[in-house]
Amino acid sequence: MADMEFDAIVVGSGVSGGWAAKELCEKGLKVIMLERGKDVVHVKDYTNATKGPWEFPYRGTRSQKMIEDYPVLKRDYPLNERNLDWWASDKDCPYTEVKRFDWFRGYQVGGRSLLWGRQSYRLADLDFEANAKDGIAVDWPVRYKDIAPWYDYVERFIGVSGNRDGIPHLPDGEFLPPMDLNCVEKDVAERLKVHYKGMRHLIIGRAAHITSPLEGQNRGVCQSRNKCSLGCPYGAYFSTQSSTLPAAMKTGNLTVRPFSIVTKVLYDKDTKRATGVEVLDAETNQTYEYKSKIIFLNASTINTTWMLMNSATDIWPEGLGSSSGELGHNLMDHHLGVRAGGWVEGYEDKYYEGRRPNGFYIPRFRNLSGEKRDYIRGFGYQGAANREGWSREVAEYGIGLELKEALTEPGKWTMGMGGFGEILPYHENKVTLDKTKTDKWGLNVVAIDCELKENEKKMRKDMLQDGIEILQAAGVKDVKGVDGDGTPGRGIHEMGTARMGLDPKTSVLNKWNQMWDAQNVFITDGSFMTSAGCQNPSLTYMAFTARAVDHAISELKKMNL
Amino acid sequence: MTRRDALSRVSLILGGTIVGAELFLNGCGPSVPQVSATEFTAGTISFLDEVGEIIIPTSASSPGAKAAKIGEFMKTIVTECYEAKNQKIFFEGIGKLNEAAKAKSGGKTFLEMEPEAQKALLTEIDVEAKAYAKENVANPEAPKHYFALMKQLTLWGYFSSEVGATQALRYVEAPGPYKGCIPYTKGEKAWAL
Repeated sequence: MADMEFDAIVVGSGVSGGWAAKELCEKGLKVIMLERGKDVVHVKDYTNATKGPWEFPYRGTRSQKMIEDYPVLKRDYPLNERNLDWWASDKDCPYTEVKRFDWFRGYQVGGRSLLWGRQSYRLADLDFEANAKDGIAVDWPVRYKDIAPWYDYVERFIGVSGNRDGIPHLPDGEFLPPMDLNCVEKDVAERLKVHYKGMRHLIIGRAAHITSPLEGQNRGVCQSRNKCSLGCPYGAYFSTQSSTLPAAMKTGNLTVRPFSIVTKVLYDKDTKRATGVEVLDAETNQTYEYKSKIIFLNASTINTTWMLMNSATDIWPEGLGSSSGELGHNLMDHHLGVRAGGWVEGYEDKYYEGRRPNGFYIPRFRNLSGEKRDYIRGFGYQGAANREGWSREVAEYGIGLELKEALTEPGKWTMGMGGFGEILPYHENKVTLDKTKTDKWGLNVVAIDCELKENEKKMRKDMLQDGIEILQAAGVKDVKGVDGDGTPGRGIHEMGTARMGLDPKTSVLNKWNQMWDAQNVFITDGSFMTSAGCQNPSLTYMAFTARAVDHAISELKKMNL
Repeated sequence: MTRRDALSRVSLILGGTIVGAELFLNGCGPSVPQVSATEFTAGTISFLDEVGEIIIPTSASSPGAKAAKIGEFMKTIVTECYEAKNQKIFFEGIGKLNEAAKAKSGGKTFLEMEPEAQKALLTEIDVEAKAYAKENVANPEAPKHYFALMKQLTLWGYFSSEVGATQALRYVEAPGPYKGCIPYTKGEKAWAL
């Protein structure tokens, strides 16, 4: 059947799947993008995007019923009534926690690109060289110079607002105008510069929001509504829907098929190539086969590996791509939960306007320039200064008119921030197939076995102490810190399980994100990450995706695929 | 609430007295609500409207909590979002408040009292609730004081309501590019979320 055959199949429609589809379509390939969840049409399906806070019965929070229905999602902020529809059902899609792992998934067209935090940072050679220098895991098969032009390329297309800060280990990009730091943050940045003699920086977050128009794209500039995770009616932040999907559709080469759970990558052992995928229709339970010359797997870290573990088990018992023994291993995230904050004296005559969907960033400053802590790698902080609102305590007034009037005015300034720490790639942190448990469709689920180890635990001590010290140095009052919940998964930056490397014996993918065991299969979601850095990773997935497509096309032209 | 908001929300970090929402953010295990919506009679709702209006009264510039339908809001949150233990405290609190009213006024229920007497009573109970919270500051597991719940619900429900957000505060649907540093003169209203 001709309509079951395409030049390329893309599995998944989130940050990286959308990019794969766009690039492949623009190169002239006929592409089908398979998405396990429902369709979400740009703007039209952003049903809560323009509601006032009062239009939500629980004013944006959660009911006991929701808590019962979402035993995993309830563990952190994602469970709320405003965008419940965009988080996967814990009940339909269970998984096994050998150790606790908070897995927050978005199963719809656009995936978590609709929900992401939009922070967009480049990795640097500090990150790409780290495994080799530390002698752990395997070396990245790329260096910054290989990927820098692709960062440029994706930044120009998606629009990243940011300041050129000139920090060597957080390379500047092709930025749109930065958002403002507010008065307090600006002063704090200056104080830190003096106090730390230019060795620690507080910069405006680099965020994938349009702050000036992008030529040729139907996107509006950010209106500072801070309702991004409800979908942006202006298309001001990068999502599949606002950015890559319209570009792919424009070519006339893309077919999108929602409700398509890819259960297997089909493999031909004679040609040593994948031939297509098997799809289970999530609504009808019918199975279909789609064929193609090349396949991009972008189902998200863990799900991509799950698919491989379900495939070609007659040839490799552990699944397609498992010949190295590394498939499923080296699962990473960023560890969060360490926070610090306090209040700021003065500035009563200063305020801001707009709900900035962004904050400040303090890039990594540990284990640089020859410093050696009792752990390796490092962490950054993200936070903001704000004036208190009505939820503050007003000591002077109990109830009545005075209380009301006091609360209608802004309160004192506060400043808070949280750490994002690197997790090392440990072979023991892994996912496997749980053959004893099935989901709504009768498919075996994954078992996740992942934990923080000594390096992360030691790092968290610094994250806490340094956070407190930085805010104190900045003049923040009554600074308090807390080492909160750092359970893996809560960073929602799952990475690893199909790492890239230089040697097929120790890695799943080569330096082009191409599977050693089946060279027409490319993996460009977070699964390929060889180490995690401490920067928000989505921008890196986009850059590697665009680069991998470019390579795939040239290999196709050379008839190598 | 987004991750960024959560990270920068100092009141939460400091274990302070942030209103309402924090009760739900931590997701203490499932618990079956024991109070059904039918237990909130019309009488209960008008009682809560009165209590709310005394906490946040109508003023020259904006309506009070009653105009924000605060009783209905409390019904929704208490029956659908509260854990069973807080539902119990809240409901018993209505009884306790009336007991206190009777003791104070020689047998009148709260709704029968004069407005000044109602305000004086709630002021007294608020002081008691604050003192109780202070005693238990090191023990987050301690049961909440019923009036702390009523006051939290009133402030939260009011300032997130349409009248609260658009009249007591300034709500702008699409503010435009963020301005990081503008002058502020005392008396100007805070931005609503």
